[in-house]
Amino acid sequence: MTTTDREIMATEGIDVFYGSSQILFDVSVSVTEGQTMALLGRNGAGKSTTLKAIAGLAPPKTGKVRILGRELQRRRPHVIARAGLGYVPEDRQVFPEHTVEDNLLIGEKRGPNGEDYWTVRRIYDMLPLLEPLKDRFAGRLSGGEQQMLTIGRTLMGNPVGLLLDEPSEGLAPVIVQQIGALLRKLRDMGVTVLLAEQNMHFCLGIASHATVIDKGQIVFRDTIEALKANEDVKARYLAL
Amino acid sequence: MDLSALASCLITPSCVITQTTSGLIIGLLLFLVAAGVSLIFGVLKVVNFAHGAFYMLGAYFAYTAYQLSGNYLIAVLAGGIGVALFGLVFERLLISRVYGSPVLMQLLVCYGAILILDDLVKIIWGADFLSFGMPSAFQQLPFVFAGGVVPVFYLFLIVVALAIAGLLGLLISKTRYGKIVRAAAVNPSMVSALGINTGVVYASVFVLGGFLAGLAGGLAAPVRSLTAGMGTSIIIESFIVTVIGGMGSVAGALVGSILIGLVRSFGTIGFPLFTEGLMFVLMAVVLVLKPSGLFGKGGA
Repeated sequence: MTTTDREIMATEGIDVFYGSSQILFDVSVSVTEGQTMALLGRNGAGKSTTLKAIAGLAPPKTGKVRILGRELQRRRPHVIARAGLGYVPEDRQVFPEHTVEDNLLIGEKRGPNGEDYWTVRRIYDMLPLLEPLKDRFAGRLSGGEQQMLTIGRTLMGNPVGLLLDEPSEGLAPVIVQQIGALLRKLRDMGVTVLLAEQNMHFCLGIASHATVIDKGQIVFRDTIEALKANEDVKARYLAL
Repeated sequence: MDLSALASCLITPSCVITQTTSGLIIGLLLFLVAAGVSLIFGVLKVVNFAHGAFYMLGAYFAYTAYQLSGNYLIAVLAGGIGVALFGLVFERLLISRVYGSPVLMQLLVCYGAILILDDLVKIIWGADFLSFGMPSAFQQLPFVFAGGVVPVFYLFLIVVALAIAGLLGLLISKTRYGKIVRAAAVNPSMVSALGINTGVVYASVFVLGGFLAGLAGGLAAPVRSLTAGMGTSIIIESFIVTVIGGMGSVAGALVGSILIGLVRSFGTIGFPLFTEGLMFVLMAVVLVLKPSGLFGKGGA
């Protein structure tokens, strides 16, 4: 596990609107190399929107989005993905009428510096439950299997920074544990992750740092241990 | 209505063979146009009413290329490639501006394009019917199967169109390009988030549809008379095909096209005054029994 001070992905003072209503206010988040950063907050606090803003799916009206030092705010999602960002959406969004293997193949691309580490073989080695399902239509998988598949599909693009939107949401406890083990494995491989979650306990043991968002504004930023010890912030901003 | 003539045809092998080959030709040429309409609708959610005009342009491009080169293969490829390039310009300049617009806006853009293209054809190639003529390679004695006469060119058309249909099916179902196209039809923003430029995918589908329509025009040219407006009836039939086969389904377009072709060729014998109407009856029957089309999914 290598962590450095090098910034992998960041937002700087972004404001995001849906129509005329403002969702994010001056949001700055920065994730450095090898870090797993938890982005915590209640339902509707702005976690998903922050991730979508970075991925180019909810372009910020003002402020900056940087991937590996490149300013990419308001660029289209494929440009941001090619710059090294991988996005795993909240509702999984597998291609339901494609097989598991075809879902992985659609995600296949080189990383921003020509990285080509991930292959279908390596995805199956890391997510062994997918291999026996490889010819099955993705729409027929369980929620947990779909979650694994979306993560695998995004890894196939050799991202340098990974955005994960509530990967544990709506899944059975045993599956949540498996997802947690997968995220620790990715952290140990040195993948940089911004993990949006409602559940702080899920993030303990995975994330090193935490950012808390509430009503579209950042209200706390420190190590996850400091958050764990801060009863005031937890009580005010997290549903525990 | 002449049901006795239809019945006597159906029990006469020579008549069945003649009508089946002519039905297959109508159907397979129609397929090449309808497959593009269906693909473009499935992926871009745009109804390309101008696709019949693309077929017409293919025929005229092939005509000119044949006049210049005397080579039928070059003529057909000129039709396909010429219309593919035209389709690229058309998509970038016009259609890309009406993505997500109400269908009425798309209709207006396409209908305007049809009127302009028909007039341009009259200006460039003249208002009179043009005859392509049968390429010399096909000026041979026809095949005779069980008394049914099948011109060599008909057989060539059937084989080539089926081969194109097969290649198109492989392209869409087996290649990475086809997988991306099908994924973009379902969830373009996720495809984009995986690093794929959906604008390029859209344009390529339009170019592919144009290529197929242009090939159809070039292939049809020796057996059809060329005239401005020749795309009108084939675009209407293409819509019937996509309704019968299911919007967005290439296999559905093939089955629907062949059904329409056979209904037309046998219909001229049994219902000489109602052949056009038969297609709509067939469409209505399919709509009642399976509203999403024979190969369509769900309720759409």
